[in-house]
This record gives sequence, structure tokens and C-alpha cells, in this order.
Amino acid sequence: METIIQIHQLSKRFPVGNGEFTALNEVNLTFDKGEFTGLVGPSGSGKTTLLNIIGSLDAPSSGEVTVLGQSIAHLTHAQSAQLRNRHLGFIFQTYNLFPVYTVFENVEFALLLQHLPAAERRKAVMEALEWVGLTDKAQSRPAQLSGGESQRVAIARAMVKKPAIVLADEPTANLDSKNSHHILQTMLRLNQELQTTFLFATHDEKVMSYLRRIISLEDGRVVKDERIAAHSFIKSNS
Amino acid sequence: MIRFLIKGILRDPNRSVLPVLVISIGVFLSVLFSAWFSGVFSDMIRLNANFSTGHLKVMTRAYAENAEQMPNDLALLETGSLVADLQRQFPQLDWTQRIRFGGLLDVADAEGNTRAQGMAAGYAVDLFSPGSREAERMNIMPAIVEGRLPAQPGEALISDDFARRFKVGLGDTVTLFGSTMDGGMSFANFAVAGTVRFGMPVLDRGAIIVDITDAQSALDMQDAAGEVLGFFKSDQYEEAAALEVKTAFNARFQNDDDEFAPLMQRLNDQNGLEEYLVLSKSMSGIMIFVFIFAMSIVLWNTGLLGGLRRYNEFGIRLAMGEEKKRLFRSLIIESVVIGLAGSVLGTALGLSAAYYLQETGLDFGSAVQGGSMMMPTVFRAHIGAQTFYIGFIPGLFSMVLGNALSGLGIYRRKTAELFKELSV
Ligand SMILES: Nc1ncnc2c1ncn2[C@@H]1O[C@H](COP(=O)(O)OP(=O)(O)OP(=O)(O)O)[C@@H](O)[C@H]1O
Ligand SMILES: [Mg+2]
Repeated sequence: METIIQIHQLSKRFPVGNGEFTALNEVNLTFDKGEFTGLVGPSGSGKTTLLNIIGSLDAPSSGEVTVLGQSIAHLTHAQSAQLRNRHLGFIFQTYNLFPVYTVFENVEFALLLQHLPAAERRKAVMEALEWVGLTDKAQSRPAQLSGGESQRVAIARAMVKKPAIVLADEPTANLDSKNSHHILQTMLRLNQELQTTFLFATHDEKVMSYLRRIISLEDGRVVKDERIAAHSFIKSNS
Repeated sequence: MIRFLIKGILRDPNRSVLPVLVISIGVFLSVLFSAWFSGVFSDMIRLNANFSTGHLKVMTRAYAENAEQMPNDLALLETGSLVADLQRQFPQLDWTQRIRFGGLLDVADAEGNTRAQGMAAGYAVDLFSPGSREAERMNIMPAIVEGRLPAQPGEALISDDFARRFKVGLGDTVTLFGSTMDGGMSFANFAVAGTVRFGMPVLDRGAIIVDITDAQSALDMQDAAGEVLGFFKSDQYEEAAALEVKTAFNARFQNDDDEFAPLMQRLNDQNGLEEYLVLSKSMSGIMIFVFIFAMSIVLWNTGLLGGLRRYNEFGIRLAMGEEKKRLFRSLIIESVVIGLAGSVLGTALGLSAAYYLQETGLDFGSAVQGGSMMMPTVFRAHIGAQTFYIGFIPGLFSMVLGNALSGLGIYRRKTAELFKELSV
């Protein structure tokens, strides 16, 4: 298996008052291409902080984090923007679609940043909308969509550029059970079809039931790292 | 990307309507004021030049000191050769003699007894020489209410107000009592060839316009004149060129301490016009500065509000890997588009209003009391090349400045906070 994220002795400390708070403490992890993995743990255990650093939105305090061969600590702002633009997709708890643009345009935006020609953009956007089953909503505005549909648009937006890694922080937190299962199945299918690595931070039991690997954090440390064989449950659903 | 931005602007009234409104109001006012002031100042300067100061004027030093009183006892002598000299030395200007005089205008009844008398402000200009442009400069033809231009010696134009007040008709004889150059009494009869109204209180109270040669003989001023005026043949006052002529001319008499030596003055030096010229030149600049300042503050604030509303959008764009520089630039592009739209709209509105004020004018009537300065009663705007582009300066500048200031917040945004900010 190809390793795409390598984390060695990662610590993240935040200044608080006069001292420091250690949010991540000597974390060592590797992720292979095509994983479908979740970070779980109590609130404040460091899940979001770890996603931030892998996503090159924040820098490590010490230790080494390599994403797709690039050392996060040594990237300039422009380089980390470039890394996110080309290779990373983000899915947030709230969907954060651009309200004045259509579904199509929301998904297209990622490709505008990559200066792709219009015809290619159109093809890629329609393909991404097909992945999430929303081709018929291409011309709708976000305000006309349900929560589940909005999150599927957000998935299409993250996936349209075919990133190597998708980082999702509590993607199901605002969704009901039915919609949660729907988007998880969508992501799992994309994970299998496109070999995209998915990395979640979650509390949600429903999410955990889909995961192939569960990493438990507590007070900034990895306390458990377990791999799960493919679920029969998922096969019956997909 | 531009298409994408324009779509956003068009679909989001918060992003477009308020700023476009603010800009078009500011641009409208800039355009209108600039056309208005340009009209008022240039009218005032033209009127003063044509009726009073010329672009350049030669007087004796003594006359210049009391020019307000039109002291013809201090007039220039041998003006015929002086004018010829000036024509030769400064051919870019048209030189002409004028006499301004005060006097009493007397209207007689059938028996030859005085029927009415009034104070008159006399203008003696060259009406008869072939090629003289004096009648045109003083705008006499359009000002004639009744009758015609004097066609032969002994004829005069008098102000229409005066004619009505004293019931003087065309062809009637009026007698002008004045003083000769040596201080003696003078009187001369003129046949009224026509009546005039200029729309300027200074002239309309009681003007009498006669040919220069008539005045010279009536006032005993053979080959003399109070003033010799020079006008650029282009009809445009050229400040710097006028200064050169004045300096060259006056240098010749530098070492002459005769109080009757000729002295040349520019338009600037007379009737307090210097301030007006300075003001007219700086007015557009001042106004544009004021509008840029005021509008920038408003637009800065609307930009800040917009930035708050679009906080999530900017966050997502940063997370998706748009560089801060690029995001900032896209805000600037948006502001240019909005600034242009507002400027076009404001300029169109401003031009329409300016056109109305150019054609119709505003009548200030008796409110205008100019003293010795020539002022029209109807002020008009003037649409020039500048009117078309001047509004774009404050329109674009204030929008871009306002958005740039508010957009600086993007650079302070920490990407590390994005996951948290975007999860609520
Ligand atoms: N910028 C910051 N400054 C100070 N402390 C911070 C900062 N960011 C995070 N922390 C702290 O680090 C710890 C880990 O935070 P993090 O957001 O990663 O937790 P989490 O596991 O995602 O929790 P949750 O499940 O509630 O989202 C918390 O105690 C938090 O208070
Ligand atoms: Mg979290």
C-alpha cells in the first residue's frame, strides 16, 4: 500500500494565558492511499486539530507531518494553498455553499481556481453531481435544497477535482439518520471507485459503523488504532 | 473568474445595489458640480475679459491705480501708434482702444427742455473699423431689444431699462453731459439707434454704448483712450502667454518713472479675478477629493458589512486553496466592476442634469450684485470633455479604496480557525 500521510512525533501546543496547552502529544500515524478512517474521541481530544494540520491549515509545533511527500511545517502560504487546491478536499459540519450561486456553480468553483477550460469544467462538474445523484438539481440554488442534498453538493464540491485526500469534520452532525447513511454510502462508494482517502473526525456512531479504521484520541494522544474488516452491513446497503 | 464574479454581483443585491447607489449619487454630484462650476467660472471670466479687463490691458500707471473711477484725465495719449506698436510686437493678440466714462444722460421734450435725466455708464468701443470684433465680444447683437447697431457717427445704443424708464424711443436724441480730458464740461447729442439688455446688472442699470471716435470727440480725447485691451486671437485666455507679453511690455518702461507711462496688466491682476482663476482651477480637485473621502468611508463600511455577510464564503475559498492575495484581488475586481457601473449611471444622471442647467440656466436675478465684477444674472453649467470622465475618478477610486480597506481583513484571517468557523 502506498503511504500518503506520515505523522512522526507530532505535537501541537497552543499558547493559553502564561503557559501552553498541549492539544496533540507525540502523535505517530501513517495513512495509506484509499483508507476510510475516522478519528474518534471525547470533545477536546484533538481531532479537529489533527485534521487542521493534515489539511495544511495549521502548522505543527514539533514533529514531522508529510502529506503527499510535502512536509507541512515547511510550506509557504502559497504552497499550502496550492496543496489544498490540487490535492485536498474539505467537508464541513455545516455545508457552507455559496448562496448566490447555483449547485453547478458551487461545484465548478474549485475548478475555476485551477484555471480549467470551460468544457472540461462542465464535464467534471456534471460527473461529480452524478456521483452524488444531484444532476437534476444542477441549476437549483442552495436555499432550495434539503440539508442532505446540501451536504451532497458539498461532497461533489470536494470531489470534483479528484483530490487524493478528503478531510471531513463531523460531516453528519447536522443530518438525520437517513441522510447520514445516504452521504456515508456515497462517500464509501467514491472511496472505492476513485481510491480517494477519506479521513473523518466524528462522534457519530453511524459514521463509525462505516469506518475501516478507527483511531481513538484522548487528551491529544493516540490511545487505540484498530482496523476493521469490510462490513457485511455495507455490502448489503450498497 | 470575472464572469463568476459578475454573476455574484448581479444576483446579490447586497453586493451591488447599495454600493451602486452610493457611487452613483456621489458621481452624479461630482459631475453636476464640476459642470456647474466650470460653467459659472468660465462665464464670469469671459464676461470680465470681454466687457472689462481684456485678456491684457494697457493703461497709464495713474489710471490703473484708480481704474474703478474711470479717470479719463489720466488716459493714454497717442493711442493710435500705441495700438499699431502692440499689433506689431504681439500679433497673437488683437489690440483695441476703449473709453469708459460716466456722465449724465439728458432726455429733452419737444420744446428742448429737460424731460428726464439719469446717470449713465458709458462704453466707447470700436464699432466702425472694418474687421473690429468689439460688437461680437460685447455680445451686442443678441442683446439688442429694439433697433440696430449704430451705423454712423452720432448714433448710440442705450440700455433698455433706461429707455423704458424715461420713455425714450428709437431715433430720439439724448444728450450726454460729461467731463473732457482736461476737466472741462462736455456735452454731445446722440441719436438712439437701439436699446440693449445684457442680463448683467452692472450694464443694464444705465449703459450707453457709442463708437470710440464719437467718444474721443465728445470728451476731447483725440488720439487718446482710457484703455487699450488685448484679446488672444484664439479667444481663449492663456495665462502663461499673457504673463510673457505683460513682462516683455512692462520691461520697456521699467526705468521710466512717469506716472503716465503705460502699464500692462493681465486679466488676473484686475477686478480680483486672480482668486477666481485659482478657485476655478482647484475646484474640481477639491470636490473630487471631498467626494472620494466621503464615499470611501461609506463604501468602506458597506465593504465591512459585506465582508461579515460573506465571512463563510471567504473561509471556504481559503480552505479550498484560494490564495489570500487572489481572494483580495477578486474583491478588488468586484469593486472595479461595481465602481464602473455606479460611475456610468451617476455620469449619465449628472450629464442630464448638467445639460438642463446648461440650456436653461439658473436665474439668480437681483441676488447678483457684482460691484465692478461682471456677473450674469443667469448662471449656466458647461459640459466639456471633463464632464464625461471626471465622475469616474471618485466613482472608481472610492469603491476600490473602500473595498481594499475592508478587504484587508482577509489577510488577518487564520486558516487554522477555518474548521471551527465553518462548523457553526
Ligand atoms: N487556537 C486554539 N487555542 C487554544 N486552544 C485550542 C485552540 N484550538 C484548539 N484548542 C484546544 O485544543 C484542544 C483540542 O481541540 P480540538 O478542536 O482539536 O478538539 P476536538 O477533538 O475536535 O473536539 P470536538 O469533538 O469538541 O470538536 C481543546 O482543548 C481546545 O480547547
Ligand atoms: Mg472538533
